[in-house]
Amino acid sequence: MRTSIILSTASRYLLPLMPLFSIFLLLRGHNEPGGGFVGGLVAAAAFALYAFAHNVKEARKALRVEPRRLIGVGLFIAVGSAALSVFNGKPFMTGLWYKEVPVLGKLGTPFLFDIGVYLVVVGVTLTIIFSLAEGE
Amino acid sequence: MNILLILPILIPFITGIILILAWNNQLGQKTLSVVGASLLLATGVGLLLSVWEDGIQVVQIGNWPAPFGITLVADLLSAIMVVLAGLMSTSVIIYSLTSMDPERESFGYHPLFHILLMGICGSFLTGDIFNLYVWFEVMLISSFVLVALGGEKAQLEGGIKYVTLNLISSAIFLVAVGILYGMVGTLNMADLANQLDNAKQPGLVTTLAILFMIAFGLKAAMFPLFFWLPSSYHTPPVAVSAIFSGLLTKVGVYTLIRAFTLLFVQDVEYTHTILLVASGLTMLTGVLGAAAQNEFRRILSFHIVSQIGYMVMGLALYTPLALAGSIFYIAHHIIVKTNLFLVSGVVHRLRGSYHLKQLGGMYHLYPMLAILFLIPAFSLAGIPPLSGFWAKFVLIKAGLQQGEYAIVATALVVSLLTIFSMTKIWGEVFWKPELESSEVTENPPLSSLLHLVLPVAALAAITVMIGLFSEPLFILSTRAAEQLLNREAYIQAVLGLGVQ
Repeated sequence: MRTSIILSTASRYLLPLMPLFSIFLLLRGHNEPGGGFVGGLVAAAAFALYAFAHNVKEARKALRVEPRRLIGVGLFIAVGSAALSVFNGKPFMTGLWYKEVPVLGKLGTPFLFDIGVYLVVVGVTLTIIFSLAEGE
Repeated sequence: MNILLILPILIPFITGIILILAWNNQLGQKTLSVVGASLLLATGVGLLLSVWEDGIQVVQIGNWPAPFGITLVADLLSAIMVVLAGLMSTSVIIYSLTSMDPERESFGYHPLFHILLMGICGSFLTGDIFNLYVWFEVMLISSFVLVALGGEKAQLEGGIKYVTLNLISSAIFLVAVGILYGMVGTLNMADLANQLDNAKQPGLVTTLAILFMIAFGLKAAMFPLFFWLPSSYHTPPVAVSAIFSGLLTKVGVYTLIRAFTLLFVQDVEYTHTILLVASGLTMLTGVLGAAAQNEFRRILSFHIVSQIGYMVMGLALYTPLALAGSIFYIAHHIIVKTNLFLVSGVVHRLRGSYHLKQLGGMYHLYPMLAILFLIPAFSLAGIPPLSGFWAKFVLIKAGLQQGEYAIVATALVVSLLTIFSMTKIWGEVFWKPELESSEVTENPPLSSLLHLVLPVAALAAITVMIGLFSEPLFILSTRAAEQLLNREAYIQAVLGLGVQ
């Protein structure tokens, strides 16, 4: 498969930028539009673009972890954040808040949940895209 | 706040997650899968005991008060269903240790199985009708993959029918929930029960009741919406068919019972009469369909349909005794039907076929297996003293009390026809001499298939136990039925705690 030079050069710059933007979306998600789901999609788009510009093998190398592992870890973080309240004697999924931190915003279990969602979305999207691209 | 209410959802979920993380470690996956399923069984029993002792248990998820947040509720019926889900998953997982091929295992059979369980347990425990939809989807999506996993031609054909019909049912369900919300502005089932009684448009309530009846009836494989079941359940590997046959349609029956004892009891004369007629036709078509089949699992699939009729019959009669009969029937049926599928799998393992014509001589070679088949088969037909006899006895007694002679007659005739089907399997598979053209030369002893025979034997033992000592289960079903008919207690338990 031949790829255009423009795309492959652009993707080299976009690969760090898009995940950065995705983290911005993730952090902003508590009170404004954004959140783990969109953030995850943008991050996945970065690696998908890289895969199209170079090839899937390169993209897998750039991601470093297996996408399936991200699904597992993300789900685990999400469940963990929901279960924390149980150890505090409150019903399952009750939001627990730590405090406001500059840059990161309000820290608490919902934020942790969002990180979980972020990882799951990245994992699922990339699992699908990589398998489809490799199936060609 | 009772942690036992969340555990039946959390345990399969966490097991599923760890299984995803341990994707390539097959031995680890198998071990974990068995541990997860047995833990589910244990919590199920714990939940049942807790509900038995202290009445209906409620958890408000996220600490949001009742009509606004999502509520988990466990009454006796929910708890019984969770126990059965635990029991079936444990048996089927042990069975699939040997029966499932490594290929399917490496493509996520175990994680999917546990996510399926999560959806099933969620459906049993939720007290919110939209949340019920979400659990249905969790359950259906994993079941779609399980049906198609392996990608054999027959599987894909069955899978398409299964997926299409279930998606239609989900769409109808969603539309009905939408209209319901537009009408009364709440989704909490206890609150709904309150609001629907005072609804200003009783005609619309009945319409909604019918929409829900269609959506849940499709899932439960009730007449006339049953045809997807016999055309898909015989295609996947036997462990998958077994867990589907045991639990999935029963989720449909459970939701029917929940909807038509808690939500839609405003016009019982109308709605429950439709249910009664449908239940009779379900019994009859199922059993007649089975009589025309010559494939082991297809016969069993048609019998699922026929048996669904009995469970709905109890709901339709709508008396304490009849509902108790329904619940008893569900418990009996789940155990027996799963077991019959597992036996068909053992036969397939030994002889490489499900077709009655190509089988034979099993009684001569494996008398123990023949007995293990006879117990659930006779129980299914309702021969005393096995569990099916008591289940049918209670239902028929309830029918006679209500003076519904037509349905009683149907139920009895269908029982006879069930014996006919079971004797057909018995005659073809076990009794008739082995075909001379048979290419199978090896006859491994049953003890070499321990993982396959152990669950079958355990479930058969439970069937016999329920038959011989039916009293405890009957008392349990009766109390569960009384709880179902006492809507005030349910509403009080859910809404009373939330308003603080």
